[in-house]
Amino acid sequence: MPLQIILNLIIALMWMFLSESYNFPSFLTGFIIGAILLFLLRRFIPDAFYLYRVWKVIKLIILFSKELLLSNIEIVKWVYKPGRDYNPGIFALPTDLKSNWEITMLTSLISLTPGTLSVAISDNNDVLYIHAMDIGDKEEAIRAIKDTFEKAIKEVTR
Amino acid sequence: MTESMIEGIFDIIVIVLLIVGTFFIFSATIGVIRFPDIYTRLHASTKAATLGISGILIGAFIFLFVEHEIVSGKLILGIVFVLLTAPVSAHMIGRAAHSSGVEVWTKDGEQRDEYANDKQ
Repeated sequence: MPLQIILNLIIALMWMFLSESYNFPSFLTGFIIGAILLFLLRRFIPDAFYLYRVWKVIKLIILFSKELLLSNIEIVKWVYKPGRDYNPGIFALPTDLKSNWEITMLTSLISLTPGTLSVAISDNNDVLYIHAMDIGDKEEAIRAIKDTFEKAIKEVTR
Repeated sequence: MTESMIEGIFDIIVIVLLIVGTFFIFSATIGVIRFPDIYTRLHASTKAATLGISGILIGAFIFLFVEHEIVSGKLILGIVFVLLTAPVSAHMIGRAAHSSGVEVWTKDGEQRDEYANDKQ
């Protein structure tokens, strides 16, 4: 993957020098040409084509923005509803993610999504403790986090 | 479509983004006052404020781009850093509150706190 990015940048720079115009548009043209070349030659270069992974990152960002919008609407509903018809609590979420980077991403995503807020991580990094606005649908929250976020993060990092 | 119409449409988009952003920040403030304990207040202050600030900054970005043809990278960076730092600070505040013994507010008075159970 680093090899492919460096190759792509070298092709873009070469394109800039060959066309003798040193500005951003010609760099971008060279970058696109390099990406197309790498895509055509993907069977002869080690590792998968790196823009696949970039596409997965973009998908993760779209998923994240959608969840952020939904969580805000939910919070605003709770803010303006008279009375307190929610029942908060802290539940434990066992996670399969290993590295610090992955766990940081997961906690950030959890904190900005509907009704959940990460409070703590166990010492051996395999259980997250999450404060939920409504503990009643705890099973559903665990399933949603496992199915969407963990899967998306694994696709990006592995 | 005439040019003034397109400008009018962009003006409406900017106005809507600014109003929505302000509304979310206002709701976050009311939430901080209304919610019962520190954890629920953190819910309000992190989520609603993040989207509110993003909305206002995107509105400012579009306005600068349409009116003055400035591509302001600082505003986009502002959104990125708010998104990166808000969950981390919320996590740290929540953890600190829990370590210093703040109990979770519940409606029926029964504590549901698996973290406290596991810590013992």
